[in-house]
Amino acid sequence: MGIVRFIHQTGSPQYFYRIAGLWIPWLGGLTAILILAGTIGGLVFAPPDYQQGESYRIIFIHVPSAWMSMFVYMVMAVAGLLGLVWRVKMAEVLAVSSAPIGASFTFLALVTGSLWGKPMWGAWWVWDARLTSELILLFLYLGVIALYSAIEDKRVAARAVAILALVGVVNIPIIHYSVEWWNTLHQPATITKLDKPSIHASMLIPLLIMALGFKLFFATTVLMRARCEVLDRERNSRWVQSLVEPQSE
Amino acid sequence: MKAFFEMGGYAFHVWTSYGIALVVLVANLIAPALQRRRLLADIARKLRRSRRQR
Repeated sequence: MGIVRFIHQTGSPQYFYRIAGLWIPWLGGLTAILILAGTIGGLVFAPPDYQQGESYRIIFIHVPSAWMSMFVYMVMAVAGLLGLVWRVKMAEVLAVSSAPIGASFTFLALVTGSLWGKPMWGAWWVWDARLTSELILLFLYLGVIALYSAIEDKRVAARAVAILALVGVVNIPIIHYSVEWWNTLHQPATITKLDKPSIHASMLIPLLIMALGFKLFFATTVLMRARCEVLDRERNSRWVQSLVEPQSE
Repeated sequence: MKAFFEMGGYAFHVWTSYGIALVVLVANLIAPALQRRRLLADIARKLRRSRRQR
């Protein structure tokens, strides 16, 4: 019974708004610590790369951003599906709140990749499978954001956005396997689930700390955005009105 | 210390990457915080107006 009750309660916008408000400072604090630790580890403690010298330090931003660009997309698509099929209001809110954050990570992955590509490959950009599919991911995010803001009725908009997000899921395996399926300039994965990572622990540890930090950053900011979305959607409800004017109750 | 900032000749690429990352992350924190304040103010304003009309 506990789990049913849990889903029902967290599915209530009022309950979500309150609980998210309690979690955000703690998640935010932990995020700050992890990102700071990862940055210091990556810039100061990790040794230079034997081939790429100091330039490889971009990896500590680039790889976590790229991972998050795909992770956030899957969160958005799955939440969109839950909203589409079971009409879970908070899933709709989560899906639309994820889009700007996912777009930010995708942008970061592309820009840092470009800044890394210039000294290593001699070009800011190449139309290679990995880079092109990641650029399409950015356009998918921007499409979701634009579509959501173009439709007045938020619930209709959320449904339209969920369908677009679900269609775009096809791009995720393309990004992931692009370095194996096609000949590309992009180097293959440094860290895979099955093999031992191809980098030393002194580089791996800051990278994983940074990745965890970025994940918690997403958790923090998606809750912040979802709270805004809930406020906007529920602006005519009693609990929101008593929130802005407690004395009127 | 000087060597640290020079990044073995890749100072521009490394520091620009970290700088842009900082800007993007901070913007993602500020945007929803401002939006929430704006929303609360807007909801309060509309509520007051509807009270006056009644």
